[in-house]
Amino acid sequence: MIEIGWLVLALPLVAAAAGFALHRRARRGAAIVAVGALGLSTALSAVLAAGVLGQPERVVESAFTIARFGELRVQAGVRLDGLAVVVVVAVCVVALLVQLYSIAYLHDDNGYPCYAAEVSLFTGAMLIVVLAADLVMLVVGWEIMGICSYLLIGHYRDLPESRPAAVKAFLVTRVGDVGFLLGVLLLGVAAGTFGIGAVLANAGALPSATVTVACLLLLLGVAGKSAQFPLHTWLPDAMVGPTPISALIHAATMVAAGVYVVARLFPLFRVGPLPLAALGVLAAITMLLGALVALAQDDLKRVLAWSTVSQIAYMTGGLAVGVPAAAVFHLLAHAAFKALLFLAAGCVLHATGQSLMSRLGGLRQAMPLVFVTMTCGLAALAGLPPFAGFFSKEAVLGAAYETARGHGEGTPWVGWLVLVAGLLTVALTAAYATRLWLRTFFGAAREDTTPKQVSSLMLGSLVVLAVPTVVLGAIGLRSRWLAGWLDAPGVALRPEAVTTALSTVLGIAAIAAVVLAWRRAPDRDPIRPRPLLARAFYLDDVQDLLVVGPYRRFAAEIADYDTRVIDGAVEGYGTGAAVLSRRLSRLQTGNVQTYATVVLGAAVVLAVAAVLL
Amino acid sequence: MTGVSVGQVLLVAVLVVPTLGAAALALLPERLDRAARLLGVIVSGLTLLISIGLLSGRSAGEDRDWVYVNAGWVPAVDLRFHLGVDGISLPLVVLTALLTFLCAVYSLHSVPAPGRAGTMLALVGVLEVGMIGTFLARDLLLFFLFFEIVLIPMYFLIAVWGGPGARHAATKFVLYTLLGSVLLLVGILTIYAGAGTLDMVELAERGGGAGIAPSTQTFAFAMVFGGLAVKSPLWPLHTWLPDAHTEAPTIGSVLLAGVLLKMGTYGIIRVGLSILPAGAQRLAPTMAVLAVTGIIVGVLCCYAQTDLKRLIAYSSVGHMGFVLLGVSTLTAAGVQAALLGNIAHGVITGLLFFCVGGLKDRFHTSVLADLGGGIGARLPRLGGVLTFAAIASLGLPGLAGFWGEAFAVAAAYRPAGGLARTPYVMLAVVAAVGAALAAAYFLRMLRMVVAGPASGTPRTSGGSGDSGGRPSVADVTLLEGLSWAPLAVLALVLGVFPALVLECSRPAVDLLVRVHSG
Repeated sequence: MIEIGWLVLALPLVAAAAGFALHRRARRGAAIVAVGALGLSTALSAVLAAGVLGQPERVVESAFTIARFGELRVQAGVRLDGLAVVVVVAVCVVALLVQLYSIAYLHDDNGYPCYAAEVSLFTGAMLIVVLAADLVMLVVGWEIMGICSYLLIGHYRDLPESRPAAVKAFLVTRVGDVGFLLGVLLLGVAAGTFGIGAVLANAGALPSATVTVACLLLLLGVAGKSAQFPLHTWLPDAMVGPTPISALIHAATMVAAGVYVVARLFPLFRVGPLPLAALGVLAAITMLLGALVALAQDDLKRVLAWSTVSQIAYMTGGLAVGVPAAAVFHLLAHAAFKALLFLAAGCVLHATGQSLMSRLGGLRQAMPLVFVTMTCGLAALAGLPPFAGFFSKEAVLGAAYETARGHGEGTPWVGWLVLVAGLLTVALTAAYATRLWLRTFFGAAREDTTPKQVSSLMLGSLVVLAVPTVVLGAIGLRSRWLAGWLDAPGVALRPEAVTTALSTVLGIAAIAAVVLAWRRAPDRDPIRPRPLLARAFYLDDVQDLLVVGPYRRFAAEIADYDTRVIDGAVEGYGTGAAVLSRRLSRLQTGNVQTYATVVLGAAVVLAVAAVLL
Repeated sequence: MTGVSVGQVLLVAVLVVPTLGAAALALLPERLDRAARLLGVIVSGLTLLISIGLLSGRSAGEDRDWVYVNAGWVPAVDLRFHLGVDGISLPLVVLTALLTFLCAVYSLHSVPAPGRAGTMLALVGVLEVGMIGTFLARDLLLFFLFFEIVLIPMYFLIAVWGGPGARHAATKFVLYTLLGSVLLLVGILTIYAGAGTLDMVELAERGGGAGIAPSTQTFAFAMVFGGLAVKSPLWPLHTWLPDAHTEAPTIGSVLLAGVLLKMGTYGIIRVGLSILPAGAQRLAPTMAVLAVTGIIVGVLCCYAQTDLKRLIAYSSVGHMGFVLLGVSTLTAAGVQAALLGNIAHGVITGLLFFCVGGLKDRFHTSVLADLGGGIGARLPRLGGVLTFAAIASLGLPGLAGFWGEAFAVAAAYRPAGGLARTPYVMLAVVAAVGAALAAAYFLRMLRMVVAGPASGTPRTSGGSGDSGGRPSVADVTLLEGLSWAPLAVLALVLGVFPALVLECSRPAVDLLVRVHSG
């Protein structure tokens, strides 16, 4: 079993190495290597899941040491438990579909072989994060994902916006990653080991202040990678990258990695109340922020990006109220329906060349399959029964309600906060989902040109993803299914009566409001977005003003100081020596009389001194 | 005297071979340029093999010199020809030999104006003797001797084969380092006066400062540290580095950044830490503060740079800051992180300078704005290697540079017993922030140089061209690839499996640090 784990991890990495070594024009070879390796990984991951979930003794580990610094030991290893294998399957499936989809999407792109290798590397890195048995190994995977995200966002070389977007994505997440690394190092030094199993086992023995500080530091990294407030500014800009990348990295996997890590290390987060409380506050803010801004966007992909920010906040909300199983449930459902939505948006983009909703419309006749699948995705997003999003969202809201009433493990006020924010977000989510649906597929077709044909490979991916979007919700129904797999038996992931009623009412009301507004003025935006919302509360500009601008100026000043003052002192020393030597060399007049006079004078002085003293 | 062992022969050979090679190269007539380059490759290749061969004779867990040579030389000044190799010295020796070999291979590809490959490689040979000798010397005066040998060849390498401001940069380099050497000599003589011997092994064996009074130790350490800090380079004694790197030819920059900088930190560990523990305890916090200041200043200065070579030079200041932070913790973890950081920096920065050298050969400029972007589109392999090297240098986990930086920070969480904890923890946090900010300047560099369409690259004059009026400029040639590939592979291998270097030095480091944890 453990060998299969190693293999699942190694295959995409080997494919990446092979892919980078391939010749630039070897499209066929690149596709075969990438898809083949990933297909194999996916199949093996299913075997792995069946194997691990089938046996009662869940946790399997295998590791070998790769570095020792004094007392600190770092190991490379694989740790299999229910959580890991479930997420591995999800990651592999989405990655495989994205790779297949990309073959068609990047059909006439010269950079495809490099792209495929980068996607393989990314998948390998994500699998490292999921399967890592050692915290430092997890950091390695975490950061490699970041660099792949950078490389892939900047894929469209000729697009001037892609460069700054890629740099911004990397730098904003790097700010978070400082905290993440410091947290990992703190845990390792305090616990004497970096092994995840050992650290979790000793969670109670460590000083709680240390664990709390470490968890807060880890949350910085989570905020960065998962695009939560205030480190969310990179995600909407990252949409300049190819759409399959947005589906894979910025919806289904990398942004969910933060949630996964917290779920993995949850015993540490339970030690003190502060980390989860902080997470709850961030979740509430981010949920509402993402949903409000999504309501005001014109670009299809940007709506989905802000939607991702908001939906991840649901997951972090689930963590904050002390029910990681609910968060993971939503992670899985979101991976399915958000990937579906992005890939469908890619089909729309590919077919019409447009991603601005003001230039789209009436596509439901021209692209029926895309229409149906995207409808499923949007319904799941809005949380309508019986789609997966309904059940996972209700699991989070139900958990928040239980915690608010004091029955759960988390702090009650956090539960109330997440519950209220969550319910409001339900309404907002339903609203922007409906708005997107109506503006894209209904109304009069804007452009005269008929949409291009979409390749069956791309459509096939949509259909495949539509299946879990519709039925995945069922895994939460029986407590020995998902809850059991995640080693949280007895946790109810079923919809709770009170919250379900409230959220359904809110959702339907929001949908109705948007539909009515649309009816009144079709082909016009049913929501009139204000600039404040459209510009995301000007947070980008605030970031530029407070961070980027001052940094540039400070850097220029320090460089100037270093050259003028410090180097100036050194150069001045040299010049000074030269000047002094010139002055002193005047003593060497060559005039013998002068020398004789000086010698006589000095002799007299010495004689007088000898007599007097 | 007992029979001479194979190891001892190798130990002496690793110095004799480059010396003879340098002599032969100097004597070769100028017209045999091609032959000179080949001879250079052969000699340095042989030296590399010998240096790897020094690994033989090592038993697992060997914490002292596993082969040494100790012969009398100049009894009047108590100078003995005492060489030895242990786990701390060996990786640095192999790194030196490897970089010299790769420089020789690179010289087959190109030698900058005014040519004269034979003389150039002869100077490199003398340089190699000085560098390897520094790492192998076990007598303080012998160490000083080899340390000084390095200066003159480097001066000529920069002054003759360098850029327009080369004379000034080379003079500054020599004078500044010489000033440091004076301080180093004072420190060495203080040790001699206090302990009565110049033998480094003996002094380390005696332990506890070898009988030197603590205040004298502090003075001696301050002198030694001050002298070596110029070489390391430690802020604020670093300003010779940007000029020297910018003006030096590619080979000079690679060896300067790859090896010369390591001599300073190696000296601090070998001479300062093991022989003068009380002095080290007193001055370690100062070292730590200056090191972290160097990290932050390096990061900020890099961001504002307009020239690629200067940018990499300042990045070296930052990297060496991490190495010195690790050393200043006086723990095994810190020293291990420092040693690994040294090797990683040598490999990665060597690769970076090779790439920049390639860019300079093709476009005759290393100014960022002039390079204009689009290298990745026009010369994909070169762009790819440069991207890889930049990513490795910013300390991405999974590549070699990460370990030294991260574990210097980790070691600073728990410095050695006699040091105050809180300042170190604060410094660790600041250092970690600095490590993260390094991404800012490297990504800016990549954005300005590699990213973007091919039309951004500079026009190269002469020859028929493509429709854009740009003559076809060759992507990475075979010889360039051969001289760069080992470094790229090492950056990856050490990133994934740093134990290769760490396990070699671990016993020796544990022994060395023992004086500080009592």
